[in-house]
Amino acid sequence: MEGSSKVIHAMYTDDDVLMAAVKKVRAERYHIEEIYTPFPVHGLDKAMGLAPTRLAITAFIYGVLGLVVSIVLMNFIMIEDWPQDIGGKPSFSYIENMPAFVPIMFELTVFFSAHLMVITFYLRSRMWPFKKAENPDTRTTDDHFLMEITAGANVDEQFDILRNTGAVEVTLIDKAH
Amino acid sequence: MYTISNRLKTFSIILIVLGVIGVAYGFMTSHKSLDEVKTMLADEHAHHDGGYETQAHLVAGGENHEDNTHDANAYDATANVDDVQDSAHDNVSDHGNASHDDEHAEHVKEQLAKRPWSAMYVAAFFFMMIALGALAFYAIHIAAQAGWSPLLMRVMEGITAYLLPGAIIVVAIALGSHYIGHNNEIFIWMNEDVVAGDKLIQNKSGYLDITWFIIRAAIFIGGWCTYRYFARKFSIAQDNAEPGDNRNFKKSFRIAAAFLVFYIYTESIMSWDWIMSVDPHWFSTLFGWYVFASMIVSAVTVIAMVTIYLKTKGLLPMVNDSHIHDLAKYMFGFSIFWTYLWFSQFMLIWYANIPEEVVYFVTRIEDYNILFFGMVVLNFLFPMLLLMNSDYKRLPWFVMMSGVLVLVGHYVDVFVMIMPATVGDRWFIGIPEIGSILLFGGLFLLVVFTSLTKAPLTPKHNPFIKESEHFHY
Repeated sequence: MEGSSKVIHAMYTDDDVLMAAVKKVRAERYHIEEIYTPFPVHGLDKAMGLAPTRLAITAFIYGVLGLVVSIVLMNFIMIEDWPQDIGGKPSFSYIENMPAFVPIMFELTVFFSAHLMVITFYLRSRMWPFKKAENPDTRTTDDHFLMEITAGANVDEQFDILRNTGAVEVTLIDKAH
Repeated sequence: MYTISNRLKTFSIILIVLGVIGVAYGFMTSHKSLDEVKTMLADEHAHHDGGYETQAHLVAGGENHEDNTHDANAYDATANVDDVQDSAHDNVSDHGNASHDDEHAEHVKEQLAKRPWSAMYVAAFFFMMIALGALAFYAIHIAAQAGWSPLLMRVMEGITAYLLPGAIIVVAIALGSHYIGHNNEIFIWMNEDVVAGDKLIQNKSGYLDITWFIIRAAIFIGGWCTYRYFARKFSIAQDNAEPGDNRNFKKSFRIAAAFLVFYIYTESIMSWDWIMSVDPHWFSTLFGWYVFASMIVSAVTVIAMVTIYLKTKGLLPMVNDSHIHDLAKYMFGFSIFWTYLWFSQFMLIWYANIPEEVVYFVTRIEDYNILFFGMVVLNFLFPMLLLMNSDYKRLPWFVMMSGVLVLVGHYVDVFVMIMPATVGDRWFIGIPEIGSILLFGGLFLLVVFTSLTKAPLTPKHNPFIKESEHFHY
């Protein structure tokens, strides 16, 4: 167990070098724990072999939910509960007065879709106010890129490979405190 | 260089021949004598007798509600309704009156005579608007200096080749329906007898005048086709220019910007002239935009379909699935844009319910119910659900299938814009309509694919061509 708590941090100063390093490290079959970058690096997720996000699918489901909520809401209020004649609008059935409800149906669909998707994103990526920042090195928020890989049995060999990929700094970190 | 395959050429000629036969059949069967129309109406009347009883039943059901505790006003209102019904009954009993019968038969006779003209007009306008939309889409891409689309420029140029013949045909049919035959014009404001008895059209006669109609049409077609001519010329000149010489590209950029300004004015006026004035008593401010949305989405769809066709033939090797994806995104986005305008126009008029405006939708919902709402399914629901998924937008066959639905939907859209004003409830999608689609569809294919053979399908020396070749999303 004590072996698995050790990780190697490799620092890069260029995103192209980082991309090449990720491909090399994956070819060597070392496990990449995490990569910290100051900005989105196009294609990094593909190079790391990360699964595509399913956030868009959740957004669609939330949108359908919002649509259903708006329909049920207005059908109950305007048609079932008190079908009053307001300016001659036909309130005998939902479909007869539907054009008047469409703006609300649309807005609630977008509202549910957008907000619930953002909340899902926060939950999945564990972000909330007062959360302790998980930042191994403050330079990664400015101009450095950090790749964290699990230290294996042969740490020296891993160090050599990482230095060859253009890492400017390679350090062994013991995460167990 | 692309050479049009003999199969495609034969196919489009067969379409044209079948179309001509269909249109000729339409004209031969549409001109009935007054007596024939009367016999036809008498037959129909016999069929409809069953329907009358159910109506009477409904009225009785409505009257039963009077047992409820209505306040006095409401009671009066129902009483008024009864009065109206009584007078309506009087009219019905007058039905035997010969002059009324004649008038009705005369009206139906005119509607029947207008049908082949309208069928041709709808199909001609539909294919013309594809070419015009493609020209606008092309100019937008040049003016915006889009980096992904230069590989598709020749496809767009090929489609716009149909604009000149197509637009002339549209105007020719509009005028032909007035000058050929009697009382069968698509635009009733061209009929002097109608205008003589119609104060509203008389007030608009400063605008709705045949001479001005022709002058405006000449300006539109002249302007669009001049732009098309020079854009094409500069595009080919850029191919033959020295590497690094971008003068033709810059010229093309400038005229594209000027054209877009011209286009947005003329497109709007064109839609009043060529479509909205079929109902000269009705007007809508966002109509030009609505027609534009229909135009651009059909154009993008046809661009995508032609691109996919040429790609499967191996003629556009650099076009990748990201280009298809982008076109499909435009189809998706513009479909929703069309729906937004369709709904805005409908809902504002439905909500306010002002009689002089709402009659437009009353006729459409009563007589064209299946088409009027069916096109919302075809143009909104299907593209929305089919083209929402990013992976599906990359599948050529999937985009092709969705494209067919979108095109059918927008044909129906034009149909529902024109037909209620000309043939009213006498519409049917039969031989004259399908014949016209085949005729102009065949002509469209022939002109577009012949034009595609005139220049290499991949432009050279375009400053953005490298970016377009490496485009991926």
